[in-house]
Amino acid sequence: MDEFASESDSDYTSYWRDWVRWSCPSTDRDAPTRENPNANGPLQFISSRGNEYFCEIDEDYLTDRFNLTGLNTEVQYYQYALDLITDVFDLDCDDDMRETIEKSARHLYGLIHARYVVTTRGLAKMLDKYKKADFGKCPRVFCHSHPLLPMGQTDVPNQKPVKLYCVRCEDVYNPKSSRHAAIDGAYFGTSFHNIMFQVYPALVPPKSSERYIPRVYGFRVHSSAALIRWQNIQRTDMLRRLRKLEVESGFKGDQGDENLDEEDEEEDDIDVEGDTNVVG
Amino acid sequence: MSTSSGTPESWISSFCSLLGHEYFAEVSEEFIEDDFNLTGLQTQVAMYKEALEMILDVEPEDDEDEEEEEDEEEDESIEGGDNRMRQGERRNHSRIASDLSVIESSAEMLYGLIHQRFICSRAGIQQMSEKYELGHFGICPRSNCEQARTLPVGLSDIPGEDTVKLFCPSCLDVYVPPNSRFQTVDGAFFGRTFGALFLLTFPEYDLTKRGADVLAGTRVTEDDKDMLNGMYICNIAPGLGASKIYQPRIYGFRVSEVARSGPPEDEDDASMNLNGRPIRRLRARRKQGQGGQNGSPMTAEQNGVESEL
Repeated sequence: MDEFASESDSDYTSYWRDWVRWSCPSTDRDAPTRENPNANGPLQFISSRGNEYFCEIDEDYLTDRFNLTGLNTEVQYYQYALDLITDVFDLDCDDDMRETIEKSARHLYGLIHARYVVTTRGLAKMLDKYKKADFGKCPRVFCHSHPLLPMGQTDVPNQKPVKLYCVRCEDVYNPKSSRHAAIDGAYFGTSFHNIMFQVYPALVPPKSSERYIPRVYGFRVHSSAALIRWQNIQRTDMLRRLRKLEVESGFKGDQGDENLDEEDEEEDDIDVEGDTNVVG
Repeated sequence: MSTSSGTPESWISSFCSLLGHEYFAEVSEEFIEDDFNLTGLQTQVAMYKEALEMILDVEPEDDEDEEEEEDEEEDESIEGGDNRMRQGERRNHSRIASDLSVIESSAEMLYGLIHQRFICSRAGIQQMSEKYELGHFGICPRSNCEQARTLPVGLSDIPGEDTVKLFCPSCLDVYVPPNSRFQTVDGAFFGRTFGALFLLTFPEYDLTKRGADVLAGTRVTEDDKDMLNGMYICNIAPGLGASKIYQPRIYGFRVSEVARSGPPEDEDDASMNLNGRPIRRLRARRKQGQGGQNGSPMTAEQNGVESEL
């Protein structure tokens, strides 16, 4: 990778490498040599804050045309954008044009990123970032700050911003920071985070049935208690199904049912009818 | 209350305007002055009397340093006592610089505990509802809750156990406040009761509306006025339900609940999984080996479950 960069060290290369380097703080490459900084550079550099979610795509991956199949129709000035990403950009053009190309390059990088992160190497890189909790931590109290993974809700670009997935509660959260909320979700895709846990099943944390129960002076509130009861039934059913199939449920100690039974008994004290139809 | 002609902030309002204290309501002085409301707090707070005086601003010389201006103003208003007061103040400062911080912290503790009771009273919950309408308590970070407004709650009524959390009425879950400055606010100052009581007191808030619509004063419309267990049906966990629960997918295919990566909560998956051939094989094997498996809590439990069915 370094050889590649050194043989094409034009005035223009520095911008892109800065961007990538900044977006991937973990990278251990040397700082770029900027002999003749482009006027556009710093501005772009600042406006690209919030790219911590991206990992650095291997040059090998970028230069293999097979990996980029179909992207030429998605991106304006595809060839120039690709040149910019791979640091071989040498077009003499005005600032507006350059800005357009840089925008295209960021978009293209994102789209390639979505493909790259589901490869073995991409997963490994994202795993490193996940372990460092670079994507933030789950805001849910009972997840106890479990690390999150970025995800998209659609694979089509320019539809929905990036969301964060917590594998512990299997739920989706909005990023805390607005600069992350502006990133396109398609740059990560709908599959990446699930593939991650298929490939590294050991990463899946034990599930817990710990939850918040709304109470007024110690008494459960009827409507939410009924809902919780219904949810517990659903979970018990699922645990039964899994047990029939001899699959580990993933709940702590695989004794979820025992706890549930206790809870059920406890709840029998309040004699109420479930209103499952409301929540179905 | 002080008789000063200026408008120095009372201890309560300065406390509530501190950074990180945005969730607090201003407890009315009538509430604090009613001894009944303070029952049992003497034993929970050190230097109770001094702390209470500090909250009510009744003894200015006990106030903290930053309120010296107020002290001086009041000193002037007390004829003849000026000299004595100044002496007293000086004595005060030399004697108990450390005491002041102790009183200050126990005043905060006492205020928090009173606050916990106050926001469950009629006046307090009304005040909190005003803050709720203005969106002071933030929004739910969960994607499917679509920025439903949250309520500050504690997970315990005993101080010192946990910090304040945000309760989302849309998904009935609790979240850590996004800003770290709330990590210093004790959850007991809001208590376990407030969140649920709020929803029961104000059932007419339309919880399905997003934080942005708050200022429009959205309420439940007439069409949806079906009550169930003291709640409007449309308000019972609107952020949950079939389409509001995330369904993991890989390239458009749902991740099976038998996958190691975790079971989704969708019940439809049962039928899907039972169609799989490998699973049939598993089940067959299980039947053969049923007698042989011993000591596994799974099988024991399974038998119980089957007999129950």
